[in-house]
This record gives sequence, structure tokens and C-alpha cells, in this order.
Amino acid sequence: MGNLKILTFVCNWCSYGGADQAGGLKLVYPESIRLVKVMCSGRVDPQMVVNALRDGADGVLVLGCHPGDCHYKEGNYAAQNRATLLAPMLQQFGIEEQRFRLDWVSAGEGERFSKVVTEMHDAVAPLGKLHLHSRSTSEVA
Amino acid sequence: MSEAKPKVAFYWCASCGGCEEAIVDLNVAMLDVAAAIEIVLWPVALDHKYSDVEVLADGEIAVSFINGAIRTDEQAHIAELLRKKSGLVVAFGSCAHLGGIPGLANLTSRREIFRMSYHESPTVVNPQKTEPIPGGQCEGKEVALPEFWEQVHTLDQLIEVDYYLPGCPPMPGGIANAVNAILTGNLPAKGAVLAPDKALCETCGRRQSKDPRTRIAKIHRPHEIEADPQVCFLEQGIICCGPATRSGCGEACINGNMPCSGCYGAPPGVTDQGAKLLAAISTLFDAKTPEDAQALARQVVDPAGSFYRYGVPASVLARTIEKE
Repeated sequence: MGNLKILTFVCNWCSYGGADQAGGLKLVYPESIRLVKVMCSGRVDPQMVVNALRDGADGVLVLGCHPGDCHYKEGNYAAQNRATLLAPMLQQFGIEEQRFRLDWVSAGEGERFSKVVTEMHDAVAPLGKLHLHSRSTSEVA
Repeated sequence: MSEAKPKVAFYWCASCGGCEEAIVDLNVAMLDVAAAIEIVLWPVALDHKYSDVEVLADGEIAVSFINGAIRTDEQAHIAELLRKKSGLVVAFGSCAHLGGIPGLANLTSRREIFRMSYHESPTVVNPQKTEPIPGGQCEGKEVALPEFWEQVHTLDQLIEVDYYLPGCPPMPGGIANAVNAILTGNLPAKGAVLAPDKALCETCGRRQSKDPRTRIAKIHRPHEIEADPQVCFLEQGIICCGPATRSGCGEACINGNMPCSGCYGAPPGVTDQGAKLLAAISTLFDAKTPEDAQALARQVVDPAGSFYRYGVPASVLARTIEKE
């Protein structure tokens, strides 16, 4: 499973800081984790999640500030509401629930960052690569 | 032969016939259209043969209006034939445009459909476990049935499409405008959707009744409550697809006091209508704890079917992953 890719959105204000601290502490986490910094977990449009899965991500992890700590006050609640509805919809498309997760990591939680991303990797690894069906007719006709 | 009128073909693939009704709904305007064109194929209304189309020169048909999604090799064959023989191909209606209602079948599999339709449906008696096969011998003769593909496709996943006329079905005004634009050569850039570039909410008459700070505390399905005909459906907790659906239908459903179900597809700038709708609706949830969010999410019965009602094949994910 060396080439698994787990796209991880980290918010600018908390979770990126957590990832940075994990780096500073030289904590080890799986190489499948690919970070994308966004201003807020509430910025993560569900379109970005489905596009990531279509374009080769085997899992998508969204990390934001803890409830009550959002830099924009309510962005992480929006993220939570979307993730809660997106998860069952992804399952209707046959995408296992382990492949999508939302969690909270503060700027001071380097250890927690490492733990959450490792858990995500360990949950996706047994499922292997994600294989979506092609949208084109070429292989059917 | 009288002086050459532009040749026009109408064809239906995986569809219900509603698009054909929509053409008939042009009413007396249909007579003007019929006088200006020569119909070379319209299986639902006129007795042409496929061979009548096969003998035409490439590009001889001015425009083919093809409705319905693509699921069988017969549909694919005729769509490809019409593409070859036509100057323009218009994907007519939601099914050709996005996959439509037949496209919801992409949330299951061919195997499941056969299992239910030929074996487990309560009204089926099939002790020999017969299933359709594409062809074979019968009393010494070759017989053939269209092959049922693994998944439903939009028309543009099979052939090049010049224009899209959205709607389930397209509204008569939109059809008349499109036909006039084609007859007069007054066409937008190739690949355009022949409808306004606005979201339905922007043209909706109930727009003013929506409070920008509104939150949904409970979701109601349309049959569960009597909706106030003046007030935004989202304000009333009814899922309405207006935020991520293209305008152009004249708010026909809204005016009938039913929420938008999304048939005109995504407005420009949206790549995945369902994901965008899901974002629009769930962001309104009145929830700050995971438990409250769960309680509201559970009230959305069938999220994929609600948010991708007309567009599963056109969506980014396109089809459910079949499990062994």
C-alpha cells in the first residue's frame, strides 16, 4: 500500500499549526498524507471532496479548529454539517465510510495531528486503492 | 422534391416520452415549425425506418434532437448514426443532458436490476431463470436484442453534442427559442446550454421571503406539510434544489407549490450539482453538535437521489462502485 494517497485539508489557523508542530517535533506520520492548506475547514466544498476521489485520492481527511475555536466563529460548524450529510451520500456511491473523515486539531496539538492522520491511514490501508468506474462509454461499447 | 427545407430528426433513447410530449406542447406553434422543416426521423410520431436515415449523406440532417440517456447498444448505434448524418446535435431534456431519472440506475448495478426485474419482483414468475441475452439462434435464425450496458451514460459521454436543451421536460418556450435560433443561425458558442446563466433562486418569486440568516431545525418532505405558497421552501424546511439549479423553467414547480427538484442541471461555475446542493442545504442546518447534525442529516432520506435526481451519470462520481 505504498502509493495510497490521502488528501488532507488543514485549516490555516489551527490544523496547519498542528501539522507544523508535528513537523517541528519530528513526529513520524504516514507518507500517504498529502496536505492542502485552506483558510477554513468551512472552505472545503463537497465538490472538492468528490473531485479529489475522482482524481486519484484514496481518502479525504478534513481537519479544522475545535468547536468554539473557529477563527471565523462558525466555519467549522458548516464543515461539520456538510461532512455529516456527505458521508452517507458517499456511501450510496459505494465509497466506504473510512475514506472520508472530519476531525479537529488545534495549533498546539502536534501529537494529536500525528495520531489522527495515522488513524486515517490505518483505516484506509486495508481497503486499498479506490477504483471508481469510468464515466466514458469507451470501455463499455 | 420541393425546395430544400432543413432536415430535422427527433430520437428517443432511455426516456419516458415526456420530451416528445413537450414538442407536441408547442401546440399551434408546431405547425409553423413543421412548415419550415422536413422531419426525417421521429419514431414516436411518424413511420420512418432507420434505413431512411442510413441513405442520407453525412451532415445532411440540419439538426437532430436526441432525448433520453444511453444504456443499450441500440440507443448508442442510432445516436452515433444521427451524429454522423447531422450538422448539429442537440441533447434534448435532462436525460440526454445529464442522465436524468433513468440515470438513477447508476446507484445500483445491472446485476441488481436483472435480479429484481427477472427473478425477485413479486409479480415475476420465471422458474427457468431466463434473462435477456444480446443474441443467439432461434429456430435456425439469428435473433438479436439490444445489449443492456453496465451503466447509464449522458449523450455527450457517447457522442459530441453541440447544444443542450435542459429540463424534464424542456419548457415549450425554451424549445421554440432554440428551434428559432437554429433556423435563423443565431446560435451561441458550441457546447452552450440553451437556458439562462442564473441559478433558479435568483429568478424565484419567493426570493424576498428568504432570511439570509435562516437555519433549518427540521426537514419536512413535501407531502408532510402544507407549504406556504408565498414563502421560500428552504425557509420552511423543505429541500429545494433552487440554489444549485439553472433557471429557465419559469419556476413551473415553484408556481405549483412544489420545490425545485433540479432538472435544469447545474448553473455555470458548478462542476457537480449534487455536491453543491448538499453544501447549500447542509450549511443551513441548525446544528452545532455532531448529534444535532446527525439528527438533521438522517432526515434527508436518500441524499444521492435528492441531490443528483437528474444527474448521477453526469456527476463526478457517476456510478456506485459495484461490490462482489
